[in-house]
Amino acid sequence: MRQIGWNWLGVLPFFAFALLFLVLPTMNIVIGAFQNPQGEFTLANLAGLASPRIVSSFAISIKISLASALLGCLIGFAMAAAVVMGGVPGWIKGPLMTFSGVASNFAGVPLAFAFIATLGRVGLVTMLLRQWFGINIYAMGFNLLSFWGLTLTYLFFQIPLMILIITPALEGLKREWREAAEVLGASTFQYWRMVALPILFPSLLGTFALLFANSFGAVATAYALTGSSLSIVPIMLFAQIRGDVLQDPHLGYAMAFGMIVVTGLANLAYVVMRARAERWMQ
Amino acid sequence: MRRVWSWAALIVGGLYFLLPLIGTIEFSLRMRRGEYSLDAYRSVLSDPNFRATFSYSVAMAALTILLGVLIVVPTAYWVRLRLPRLRPVIEFITLLPLVIPAIVVVFGYIRLYNTSSILPLTGTASGTNLLLLCGYATLALPYMYRAVDTGLSTLDVRSLTEAAQSLGAGWARIIVRLILPNVLGAVMSGAFLSFAIVIGEFTMAALLNRPAFGPYMQLLGANRAYEPAALAVIAFAVTWGCMGVMQLISRLFGTRMQAK
Repeated sequence: MRQIGWNWLGVLPFFAFALLFLVLPTMNIVIGAFQNPQGEFTLANLAGLASPRIVSSFAISIKISLASALLGCLIGFAMAAAVVMGGVPGWIKGPLMTFSGVASNFAGVPLAFAFIATLGRVGLVTMLLRQWFGINIYAMGFNLLSFWGLTLTYLFFQIPLMILIITPALEGLKREWREAAEVLGASTFQYWRMVALPILFPSLLGTFALLFANSFGAVATAYALTGSSLSIVPIMLFAQIRGDVLQDPHLGYAMAFGMIVVTGLANLAYVVMRARAERWMQ
Repeated sequence: MRRVWSWAALIVGGLYFLLPLIGTIEFSLRMRRGEYSLDAYRSVLSDPNFRATFSYSVAMAALTILLGVLIVVPTAYWVRLRLPRLRPVIEFITLLPLVIPAIVVVFGYIRLYNTSSILPLTGTASGTNLLLLCGYATLALPYMYRAVDTGLSTLDVRSLTEAAQSLGAGWARIIVRLILPNVLGAVMSGAFLSFAIVIGEFTMAALLNRPAFGPYMQLLGANRAYEPAALAVIAFAVTWGCMGVMQLISRLFGTRMQAK
């Protein structure tokens, strides 16, 4: 009995730290979401989330996250598949993986600057398109500080994350499965549709969920890029924490709670799907 | 045919990644009208605020790594040695920072540690620094823990501990002189990743009102034209450097482990 007591002591610092700086602060926000200013239990804050302003901020956040996760999955998958099974020289894989490791961590303020310098009004690509091809993308309605601008910017860390996660899964596809399918007379399309994609499906869906959560919680890139002109959820929460723009602190907690729910569900999907994917990858 | 598609995917993807990098470098050189120059870099590097915020963030990153090692190494070791049943719980907690957005965590700090609470950390500058440090340590927790735990999995923790104990070593000595050197490669790779995350972190520092590099960059971006591009190039070089060193370390230590 005494031995068990001593053993617990060894992990006490960790639990104390996690409790003080991770669990309690989060719980505090969650509880705040269910309280009125007098500290009584209420669902009014959650109901308050239904105001048009907040609903539209969640809607645009979810749209951007869906678009950047979907495109990130597609492009990342294409690039990973090209390297793993596309017949390109083998030396490409190493640099691609290294670059992905770096780029997936290159988010935040500098990323916004990079895209302003490239696709902003006087950015390199904007200028070149105008000088070489006479295409003025801003006259055509493009704006970096918009849904597509933000999605395009987020792809810079979404695609590499997809490449990092999906490459091992693609390498886990056994040669025998393809050979067996070919012996049975399957075309490449049939092999993909009936063998490879069903096996990869949990990995794909799981990574999609992870990418979704990844862009949903991103604050710095969006803030540096758009200031507060595009009111996505993290930007609005940022403004709320700074200056109580909703004029109701508890509505702010409810909004933060809504954010946890969305990222929590996405991560749950990732974990469940990963467990499924691992069944095949032994 | 397959090869054509593969090259197409790689070239389109490659262009997408290269153009912003080229664009940023080109833009950062455009400050002087009509010719390329390093004026933007000169302007950034001579800005006292740049030096102050950059060194503040470097110091915070170093402290974050220290705090992370202090928390993670003994815990991961102890769990492997004595409390293996607790491992899923610990693992779950270390993954929480990936699930809960940093902006929510820092929101909680502001509410929990405000001036009228039991522990009024946000009341003083040093208290807020401490709070930011702990926030950074939670951000680094998932990466640090996974790196160290992977490093420990290559060791026979139990035999090493028993051998050390039979030679009369105490717990502190075992962890500092035996376990830490053996997982040094893992610790270093976790450390460089933490460094890359902390150095440009914006959300927590901005909301806690600390003079860190991330908020400085954002402020400069809102007020200047060419300097932000120069900053982005510098930040990318720092990230690239951290990741490069990390890969180098894991390769070096990886081969040494195999040689054993």
